[in-house]
Amino acid sequence: MKLNAVDERLLKEVAQLHTVPSGAYNIRKNGQLLERNSLPGINIFSKKDRSGIDVIVDPDIVNQSVHIPVILSEGGLDDLVYNTFEIGENSEVLIVAGCGIHNDSALQSKHDGIHEFYLRKGSKMRYVEKHYGEGEGTGERVLNPVTKIHIEEGATAELELVQIGGIDHTKRVTEVYIGERGRLVMNERLLTHKSQQAVSEVTVDLQGADSSGEVLSRSVAQEKSLQIFRISLIGRSRCKGHVACDSIIMDQADVRSQPELCAKNALAELTHEAAIGKLAGDQIIKLMTFGLSEEEAIRVLLDGYLK
Amino acid sequence: MISLENVSLKFEEEKGIVHILNDISITFEPGKLYVITGPNGGGKTSVAKVMMGIHNPSSGKIILDDQDITSCSISERAFKGVRYAFQNPPRFKGIDVKWFLKLANEAITEADISLILKKIGLCPEEYLERTVDAGLSGGEMKRMEIASVLLSKAKVAILDEPEAGVDLWGFEQLLNLIIQSHHKAIKRTTIIISHSEKFLKAADEIIVVANGKIQVRGNYAEIHPLIQEGINCRWRKVCLEEEKEDEIKCGR
Ligand SMILES: Nc1ncnc2c1ncn2[C@@H]1O[C@H](COP(=O)(O)OP(=O)(O)O)[C@@H](O)[C@H]1O
Ligand SMILES: [Mg+2]
Repeated sequence: MKLNAVDERLLKEVAQLHTVPSGAYNIRKNGQLLERNSLPGINIFSKKDRSGIDVIVDPDIVNQSVHIPVILSEGGLDDLVYNTFEIGENSEVLIVAGCGIHNDSALQSKHDGIHEFYLRKGSKMRYVEKHYGEGEGTGERVLNPVTKIHIEEGATAELELVQIGGIDHTKRVTEVYIGERGRLVMNERLLTHKSQQAVSEVTVDLQGADSSGEVLSRSVAQEKSLQIFRISLIGRSRCKGHVACDSIIMDQADVRSQPELCAKNALAELTHEAAIGKLAGDQIIKLMTFGLSEEEAIRVLLDGYLK
Repeated sequence: MISLENVSLKFEEEKGIVHILNDISITFEPGKLYVITGPNGGGKTSVAKVMMGIHNPSSGKIILDDQDITSCSISERAFKGVRYAFQNPPRFKGIDVKWFLKLANEAITEADISLILKKIGLCPEEYLERTVDAGLSGGEMKRMEIASVLLSKAKVAILDEPEAGVDLWGFEQLLNLIIQSHHKAIKRTTIIISHSEKFLKAADEIIVVANGKIQVRGNYAEIHPLIQEGINCRWRKVCLEEEKEDEIKCGR
């Protein structure tokens, strides 16, 4: 594989990859396929009609992983991909996506990933998506992911979505449709600083009986950054849904949090909690009594909070 | 050795200036165990916070081993060996027990952490990875807080109501641990804010703080008879009508 030092660092940041991954993978660099590996039972194909891939996991494939990182190492790129994932019945897989942008130029670098997942009956998917940006240029680093997930009967999706600094603009749209006894756990971690803007719109549609959905979002907004969360739960059957939106606001940041509950069935149980506040003074003081400076204490608190 | 010299503390509030501590002078000697006791709101925690640098006195000085530390930050005092276990320890999202105790003392090993957890009555296998947040009960938080001070190389260890919220079964063990740790540490000054009989008996000196002042000092034999009478009648802030009633009861 033709990887330079920047590529390697980006891959490490977004996909914890130090070497070529052991499972199936598809690595995309600057809008082109760099390297691909299919496995027995996990096939990756390029789409014929537009850019993007189909990842097909056959039924009953367990303990496997699929890495599909995207790296952008130049300015002036506008990368748009459509990826479709099919997780076969009773399969259990880890999918590590993520996008790393290195932009030293004055031109914008942009990646919009449109992902659609079909989790068939009884399957389980853990999906980890990390956004990472770096570079000295004035060109903006922009990511606008759209994720649609269809969770069929008895299937489970665990999502871990992480973006810690580095990205100037993000608008993340996530839609999840959950069937009978389907389950979703979504953890979101976000840190913005400078004048970065991040918008997260999540809709969890609890369609099937005994479905459940949990959205846990933790964010830190520093300096002049803006964060907007719109998270909505729709209960259409006997189901359970919970949203917890917790944000720490610092400096001159602006945070807006709008959890919405929408019940269309008398047996739907939906709850939400949203909190925005500054770092607690007594936590900072406690760590200072251990000998940490105020700055060190704040760093430790934020590290823990976003872990 | 840590001393307070003519320390006063006041807060400016909307309704006016509130005097919290009034001209407190006291020296805590190395190697001695002190207990500060007195009614709620008397100023005990404020004395501790002034020593730790969490509150700055409005007048007076704090002296640590002949060095004026009044203008030192909390962190600087921690480096110099002053440690304080909070009365109400804060909780931390995402920080686990192991990390928390490592923050308290960088030099400790994982074996040290397991040992202190066992001593404090928390099973290491169960607690090492637990986060120090709402998932821990009040009593568990208190134990962690005490552990964080005991495992540090504190010259001056201040423990604010360490027994509060700790279950009856673990109570004796915890109190013994605190007293033993004091005796094991070389020349440590231990200051325990407490109402517990056991600590009062173990103390080299008891200091009664009420209405922002040191009311009386002495050993258990001298202080114990005064405490009951004093707290009920003389040292508690009460409204005027109640005060009259109290005077009748106490025959003042
Ligand atoms: N930050 C503060 N601002 C205003 N008043 C305070 C503050 N902290 C404590 N006090 C007041 O100071 C008095 C002494 O409090 P404290 O030292 O906590 O008492 P104790 O520990 O003896 O119960 C109380 O009346 C309390 O309400
Ligand atoms: Mg107190």
